[in-house]
Amino acid sequence: MSTMTREETEALIQEVLEVYPEKVRKDREKHLTVIDQDVAESKKCITSNRKSLPGVMTVRGCAYAGSKGVVWGPIKDMVHISHGPVGCGQYSRAGRRNYYVGATGINTFGTMNFTSDFQEKDIVFGGDKKLAKIMTEIEQLFPLNKGITVQSECPIGLIGDDIEAVAKKTIAEIKKPVVPVRCEGFRGVSQSLGHHIANDSIRDWVLDARDKTSFNGTPYDVTVIGDYNVGGDAWASRTLLEEMGLRVIAQWSGDGTLAEIENTPKAKLNLIHCYRSMNYISRHMEEKYNIPWMEYNFFGPTKIAESLRKIAAFFDDNIKANAERVIEKYTAEYEAVIAKYRPRLEGKRVMLYVGGLRPRHIIGAYEDLGMEVVGTGYEFAHNDDYDRTIAEMGNTTLIYDDITGYEFEEFVKKVKPDLIGSGIKEKYIFQKMGIPFRQMHSWDYSGPYHGYDGFAIFARDMDMTLNNPCWKKIRAPWLDGPSATAGAAA
Amino acid sequence: MPNVMIRAKPDGILLFYIAKKDLEEQIAHVERDTDAEWGGEVELTGGSRYYIDPISPRPSFPTTLRFKRV
Ligand code: SF4
Repeated sequence: MSTMTREETEALIQEVLEVYPEKVRKDREKHLTVIDQDVAESKKCITSNRKSLPGVMTVRGCAYAGSKGVVWGPIKDMVHISHGPVGCGQYSRAGRRNYYVGATGINTFGTMNFTSDFQEKDIVFGGDKKLAKIMTEIEQLFPLNKGITVQSECPIGLIGDDIEAVAKKTIAEIKKPVVPVRCEGFRGVSQSLGHHIANDSIRDWVLDARDKTSFNGTPYDVTVIGDYNVGGDAWASRTLLEEMGLRVIAQWSGDGTLAEIENTPKAKLNLIHCYRSMNYISRHMEEKYNIPWMEYNFFGPTKIAESLRKIAAFFDDNIKANAERVIEKYTAEYEAVIAKYRPRLEGKRVMLYVGGLRPRHIIGAYEDLGMEVVGTGYEFAHNDDYDRTIAEMGNTTLIYDDITGYEFEEFVKKVKPDLIGSGIKEKYIFQKMGIPFRQMHSWDYSGPYHGYDGFAIFARDMDMTLNNPCWKKIRAPWLDGPSATAGAAA
Repeated sequence: MPNVMIRAKPDGILLFYIAKKDLEEQIAHVERDTDAEWGGEVELTGGSRYYIDPISPRPSFPTTLRFKRV
């Protein structure tokens, strides 16, 4: 199917909405739209960050997932306790593939699951004593930990435990930072509030720890914020910045450490990749420490070059020249990648439905390969994300916010994209429908996709998925009519 | 009376950001905007208006201020 016109896309939205009861239809209508570049403010055409409706399938997570899974979890030298029942932590354990270096269980704890494993009696009598005890135990068993965070699960808020008091007592006892995080899953409408709560807890409990200690700084100190090192993404980004002559003094939070977090206020510039999950802390640092922040995009050579130049513009001519040199250095490499894969992928149409930054950031990488993103949407974006998205998209692109399982399937049936990029919950539905699918949260166990190195892997993966011969075998041969079977038998 | 963080974009245009409402909008017009004072009625590009008693001297941005809805 060729590209749809605005009218067709609008008609499609109406068609999909038809099955809903009146009230639901009215509500869902506000979350689906067609991009109109003339509308500069997204709130005129799309509503976001609202509670999902009961009864529909949503793929959102909870505030605990936003704090433990996204923001705090990757900080590798701290122990993050999933405080509450065992399931929340165990079922999400190591699922995000935040790579890190270190000896797990000795000085790093990223893939381990620490939990207070609440039982009935903890709910009835409160879990504060248990929490204090676990933290003492953790300190004995893992003395090389640099600190502990308490990631509250739903029951903690419900039974009204005072984790702040326990944290303060434990700080005095173990003489290390202990951060209580009030990220109970029921707060807010999605994981997005968890990001915010986690940012605030970093601000209140950690960030100013080294304000008075000296730091051997350089004028080229930058930080990478909102890169969770999924499949090594942050490493692929970091090399580019270092080749440019900048010094990356902190990674938030993929492969990050507590010391890096504490040193961040000494940076000259904060570079933000995932705006959604870490803009809060960047805004805070700008206000308190006067550190400017900048959003950048390291997906695909066009955006990388653009971002490198934008970053370099903050620094002296030397860095600017270096940026050009870096771009030039990789030109042959990425041109070869494009030459190899573009002919195989040209003109293919993609639908995306991901989380914080990827629905808009990856578009450039697809375009570099000659592919077109015909629909995109976020699980938990806010208006400011959609403001940023409109600028990136073509005029008739379909946009969906917190799409329901039903709507997504219907859109796919009608739009017939050649590739879908979304998460594990959507993967098998669409693969069974015979549509090539890539997980764009975990890079489908591949990666990195950031940087020039990542682009090569991205292009290979897209080709591998899209042009895989298996998609032709999805349909049972006898469904193709007698002639097909006869032909095969002969 | 929302708490608003005002920050300047690189091109000098001021952004009006309310975290609670995840509203980030450009400021179209400020009633009094001189080196000596800043404030009064503030109009956003979307048309909504807020008020703050003029502050003197002009604060350096970014900063968090309390505004009233007009
Ligand atoms: S919503 Fe509550 S119970 Fe469910 S995973 Fe999140 S914290 Fe755990």
